[in-house]
Amino acid sequence: MATVTTKESESPEHQDILELERVTIRFAGDSGDGMQLAGTQFTKTSAVIGNDISTFPDIPAEIRAPQGSLPGVSGFQVSFSSQDIFTPGDQPDVLVAMNPAALKTNLGDLPRGGLLVVNENEFNEGNLKKAAYASNPLEDGSLQAYRVYRVPISTLNSGALKDSGLTPVQIDRCKNMFALGLMFWMYSRPLETTLHWIDEKFGKNPAVCEANKTALKSGYHFGETTEMFATHYHVPKAKLKPGLYRNITGNEATALGFITASKLAGRQLFYGSYPITPASDVLHELSRFKRFGVKTFQAEDEIAAVGAAIGASFGGSLGLTGTSGPGLALKSEAIGLAVMVELPLVIMDVQRAGPSTGMPTKTEQADLLQAMFGRNGESPVAIVAPATASDCFNMAVEAWRIAIKYRTPVIFLSDAYLGMGSEPWLVPDIKSLPDIDPNFATDPATFQPYARDPKTLARPWGIPGTPDLEHRIGGLEKSDITGNVSYDPANHDKMVHLRAAKIERIAQDIPDVVVDGDESGGLLVLGWGSTYGVITTAVQRARAQGKRVSAAHFRHLNPLPPNLGDVLRRYDQVLLPEINLGQMRMLLRAKFLLDIEGLNKVSGRPFTIAEVERKIAEMIG
Amino acid sequence: MPVREDKGSVMVTAERGTGPNPALTRKDFVTDQEVRWCPGCGDYSILAQTQKIMPELGIPRENIVFISGIGCSSRLPYYMNTYGFHSIHGRAPTIASGLKASRPELSVWVVTGDGDALSIGGNHILHVLRRNMDLQIILHNNEIYGLTKGQYSPTSELGKRTKSSPYGTIDAPLHPLSVAIGAEATFVARAIDTDAQLMHHCLERAYQHRGASFVEVYQNCNIFNDGTFRDFAAKEVRADRTITLEHGKPMIYGKEKDKGLRFNGMHIEVVEIGKDGITEGDLLVHDEARPDPTIAFLLSRMEWPEYPVPMGVFRAVHRPTYDALMTKQIEDVINAEGEGELRDIFLEGDTWTVE
Repeated sequence: MATVTTKESESPEHQDILELERVTIRFAGDSGDGMQLAGTQFTKTSAVIGNDISTFPDIPAEIRAPQGSLPGVSGFQVSFSSQDIFTPGDQPDVLVAMNPAALKTNLGDLPRGGLLVVNENEFNEGNLKKAAYASNPLEDGSLQAYRVYRVPISTLNSGALKDSGLTPVQIDRCKNMFALGLMFWMYSRPLETTLHWIDEKFGKNPAVCEANKTALKSGYHFGETTEMFATHYHVPKAKLKPGLYRNITGNEATALGFITASKLAGRQLFYGSYPITPASDVLHELSRFKRFGVKTFQAEDEIAAVGAAIGASFGGSLGLTGTSGPGLALKSEAIGLAVMVELPLVIMDVQRAGPSTGMPTKTEQADLLQAMFGRNGESPVAIVAPATASDCFNMAVEAWRIAIKYRTPVIFLSDAYLGMGSEPWLVPDIKSLPDIDPNFATDPATFQPYARDPKTLARPWGIPGTPDLEHRIGGLEKSDITGNVSYDPANHDKMVHLRAAKIERIAQDIPDVVVDGDESGGLLVLGWGSTYGVITTAVQRARAQGKRVSAAHFRHLNPLPPNLGDVLRRYDQVLLPEINLGQMRMLLRAKFLLDIEGLNKVSGRPFTIAEVERKIAEMIG
Repeated sequence: MPVREDKGSVMVTAERGTGPNPALTRKDFVTDQEVRWCPGCGDYSILAQTQKIMPELGIPRENIVFISGIGCSSRLPYYMNTYGFHSIHGRAPTIASGLKASRPELSVWVVTGDGDALSIGGNHILHVLRRNMDLQIILHNNEIYGLTKGQYSPTSELGKRTKSSPYGTIDAPLHPLSVAIGAEATFVARAIDTDAQLMHHCLERAYQHRGASFVEVYQNCNIFNDGTFRDFAAKEVRADRTITLEHGKPMIYGKEKDKGLRFNGMHIEVVEIGKDGITEGDLLVHDEARPDPTIAFLLSRMEWPEYPVPMGVFRAVHRPTYDALMTKQIEDVINAEGEGELRDIFLEGDTWTVE
């Protein structure tokens, strides 16, 4: 076999290279076909060669649904570009379908004229039946609208590996590498990053290691030598801000942000959590970082997880808990306790489609009102929401800054789209991040458990082990200053107001919301959380067409940025797209007495750019 | 007591030493808060013994924390001049677990009741015990809901008539110590509010034990369930109707020391010493350190009038605590891999530079 060189795309004898600005590929196959792996490897390589990237996995809720069945289809979409991109792409330009079920569930997203690569070996009677196809779509003319490439991926792969010494089942498992190699050729990507990864992953098993490499190279060579593909493509490097980058998912960035906060505060991070999709990755990440002194506690349930975090915070650690919507519901009472005892606590909610168990692997922004109000009594908490996968890092640190400075629970509201999606992260300079001062109380002469800092209204954090600061806290109403149990009506009224005022005071530490576009007039498209990417792109496109439209995004949901009301009043119309039925819109209308138009979608999927563009056109023509 | 060597670092599983702290007296552990239990409540004597024993344990006061849930008993932290946390119903073990796991040097005590620990907080009790978190858990068992004014609890006897069961309960009660033993508890004891000496002994042993120490205290609720333990615990009958377990000693009880317990097949039976040729040598010898929990479990099932009610330490076995294992695991990783540098994890995976 000839040695694969990775310079083809630049070599002069290849005249059939078409330069593209942006390409979106979706890998789709059975959940056992290794599509997530193929997608992540494609992403890594694209990032390393300098494209801007954005990804989103589409994972079935069932761990292993029956092979070849429709619910068993797993997908991974990656978009790569020579320009800044903010979303994983509305629709794929290319669909790689490893079986009929994958074709059936994904074809609807492929635009007419799109490129379709199918593994034709899998289009047999049994698989067609499992996918509920009455006739073979490869034969019946139903795919005429697409550029179809029928590749016998299974047999080409097994042919290439016939001397590998592996069992037929093991050989078949390598076919994702064959498909990946083919895509690498088609989009002029080098193989090194993935070859290196295979070495690391399978180094201990030389036969499997070699087979995966062979499959990858065979796919690449198939593209190179066959006459099936007339063209291959090149996507030049993006012009990103200079610096050192890595690819990162939102959940990874979140975990790194929490550890960074713990370093900046000089206090141990304690993570109490119960496994739940799509938040478990944060537990997995943090449990790897023992060398940072991070303590992870896999609790018996969601309530124990938050209880343990509160206990750790009482002891002076950074008590953190993480979950998704159903878990947040279970934690409500304990979060109310943290409101009452005024201890720092961060609650991460990686939102998923609800209500109830809902659609655990699908995204939604519908926990906002639960985060705001889902507790008994007047129980205000601070809420922050990251805008992008890499922004999860910034907002995780920010959540801790607020929690510690104001001695309050802070809900970090991420979602499945951010948590599981990835993008390049400009690695920050650690020295540029300001320290977080836990500012423990130590002086018995002045210590009063419920005395308050006049500027922040925060109470002192006096931790066990500090001599002569022994005191009792708890869920019963506390007397102002002393913290003794109190049923005094006037005191309760005062304390309810103090707790609310304390959360409002956080606004003094929140940056103003910044508008991208015109200072006033026309349409403002407002967003929070993971809609940042689509809104930014849709507004950029509309402005390129000369439309009078601007965008603004806010990441502090409670309290809101101090200038938000003024900003909203400067525009003729305001549009607020949300992946819910209008929860933030309701809050903003109530707070500012302004009409705000909604664009709402609850299909478990993020908005497409086109959907936001259409709504902009509908509102301003 | 065994000290286990584990990969070079010592996992201490021996009893914890105690010694008086001369700087402190019982008064140092009394707060200025008015105690608000009903006059005559058994909780007073539990509070008194708890305050009395604190200066004897040799712990700096600032390192002691009392954590409770909700219920009459859970008011206790307000009356202890230590750090304290009166939390939410059933969840004290979770808050105590987070505190102890993050600050293993603290002495953390959980105060709970039969409803708090075995009904709403049942799940947490199971898991705090199986993890062997190094806590002292004191369960005030009055077999009734007091704070909510008289409904039946998960330890109320079958058929009990209460405000919420005017025709009698139809659910079978739990035996708290059986639950604890089933949940892999390493230390299990029972005391009663009317026996100060026994309670003192159980609290002291609970503190000395490294691991989750579970102490059930029979506590009389003189308002809603008065006299529920009277049949076997009243002064005049106690010697004949209870048995105090003592490690290494044959199980003898009775005013005349004439009754004993014998192991017969798969069950324990009551025998009279001297009758049918039975001697002390035939009796069961109490071994609290027996690794197998079967006999401790059988003892935990014994109820008056079929049996005398066992008191004292049922079980005290040693295995590493969760908090020690957690600390050790982190130390081991740091020893093997070095202390973490943020830069290293920021740059995990493939990185690239944009010029």
